Amino acid sequence: MAKIGVLIETTENEVKATNFGVITAARGQGGNEIYAFVLNADADACKEVLQEYGVRKIIEISVGGAGLASSPDFKAKALADAMKNYNITYLFGLSSAVGRDLLARVAAVLGAPLALDCVCVNPADRTVIKSHFSGKTFATIKLSGDYFICGIRPNAIDALAEPCDAEVLPYRSSAGDPGRLVVKEVKQGKAGSVDLTEADIIITGGRPMGSADNYKILEVCADVLGAAVGASRAAVDAGYALHSMQVGQTGKTVSPKLYIGCGLSGSVQHFAGMKTSKVIVAVNTDKDAPIFNKCDYGLVGDLFEVVPVLTEVLKETKAIGS
Amino acid sequence: MQIYVCVKHVPDTAANIRVVGGDTFDESCKFVVNPYDEYGVEEAVQIVEREGEGEVVIVTVGKEPAIAAIRSALSVGANRGILIKTDHQFLDSTLTSQAIKRAIERDGKPDLIFTGKQSVDSEGMQTHFRLAAAFDMPVATDVVDLKISDGKAIVEREIGRGSREVVEMSMPCVLGVTRGLNDPRYAKLPDVMKAKRKEVKEIDITDLGLDISAPATKLVELKSVPERGPAQMLQGGTREMVEELVSAFKEEEKVI
Repeated sequence: MAKIGVLIETTENEVKATNFGVITAARGQGGNEIYAFVLNADADACKEVLQEYGVRKIIEISVGGAGLASSPDFKAKALADAMKNYNITYLFGLSSAVGRDLLARVAAVLGAPLALDCVCVNPADRTVIKSHFSGKTFATIKLSGDYFICGIRPNAIDALAEPCDAEVLPYRSSAGDPGRLVVKEVKQGKAGSVDLTEADIIITGGRPMGSADNYKILEVCADVLGAAVGASRAAVDAGYALHSMQVGQTGKTVSPKLYIGCGLSGSVQHFAGMKTSKVIVAVNTDKDAPIFNKCDYGLVGDLFEVVPVLTEVLKETKAIGS
Repeated sequence: MQIYVCVKHVPDTAANIRVVGGDTFDESCKFVVNPYDEYGVEEAVQIVEREGEGEVVIVTVGKEPAIAAIRSALSVGANRGILIKTDHQFLDSTLTSQAIKRAIERDGKPDLIFTGKQSVDSEGMQTHFRLAAAFDMPVATDVVDLKISDGKAIVEREIGRGSREVVEMSMPCVLGVTRGLNDPRYAKLPDVMKAKRKEVKEIDITDLGLDISAPATKLVELKSVPERGPAQMLQGGTREMVEELVSAFKEEEKVI
């Protein structure tokens, strides 16, 4: 049995759904005691959902003086303090934009080994399985030392509920803000959009999209699916989509339940970024496109014809289902 | 300004990786400069060009052939290089950062240190954080914009959903950069020739006083991710194919 700390990510006091897979991983075969670390959010508001997944202790971390929001270094120090205070040497989190940054800072503060983008974790034998070569291979990494810190790829581990009763423990860190790095402002992207790396469903457009404007047909379909919209490198290079939308080796590595690729050829680099998706669908006008050789469902057709029909059928299915 | 850029020599992103012996890979494939590091090289060169003074030094930890990555950076404007030689492609991030720190300390006084936000081979995503901690400097990752004024670095970093965070840091600092920062230039042939004559210092990692016998992380197994077989091709008209697909999403795959 081990005490395992889980770094909880929240948006406006709401626990992101991708945390539940991480908590499930931390529970392992059972017997581990799960401590959820909540920074910069109301722990009481998070309690209800966290205890559904077997979290027994919720540590609400605060600091004196200024808030934690403006300094990731300050957060990392406070989190490291909390780990020491509760004698916790295992820390799990998400390998998301926030998690990658904060876990790396905590690991650097503690001088602890860290593995990010893990798809499987085994704290009992101190190993993780993580992506190498952007998803072309999986590497088993052994972590030695006093600590064990890992970031798990969102959606890589299925969440399983295990209801219990949690208690909230406030922890006040005496750490000071090193003050050399200050977050000045957040420039919001498109409101309401789903983050690519954390999406359950992704619909991606390749170079045949032809223009930035044409991505609208994918967005409309994505809205019905609750999906995020992705792009291939060729489409990003052509200026049709932002780099933040790029899936593949020099873009994002994703692992959704459903990946719908429209007008993708199936390059090694693109596949490296999405091959751990559960179901992959390809739409392409060319029946000999290489992508059809390594995906689950293939549909030969023009994406400009297929996507609107897909949107329509999904809407109808939803209407019947409700 | 004295700028150091950490560059890794990695397999080309287009290369297929063949696993050999369970924990290594066939290194006969094509190697390139880690794509993210190229943005750091370009940014450093642009800063020195703009200021009309300063120096860009490339620091690489790798096997002997990794000198090719240094030469490549020297051909697009960097001034000189330092190769820290190891026997392995995958070195623990803590050791890598310690080695880089010691080599830089011996060489000069950094105003800025660039790294890529990650390597595309081992994807540790942490060397820049550890390097910053070793130097006791601030660090930011996923950097897509940089402005320098009054001894401060003002950076924009990607934080997902197309959003960006504006961060102000004191200098010297460490920046993990990514695509979007700039458009790296291509080397011209005369510059490739000139790069061959630029200084590259070689240091064996063991000469830096580091104990590399007990790394905190160790790769114990490497496996190819299995490829899927050919797709089940849907038949019929567009509407028919789509209906079959949506029904499969719902009934068989249970993904919607």
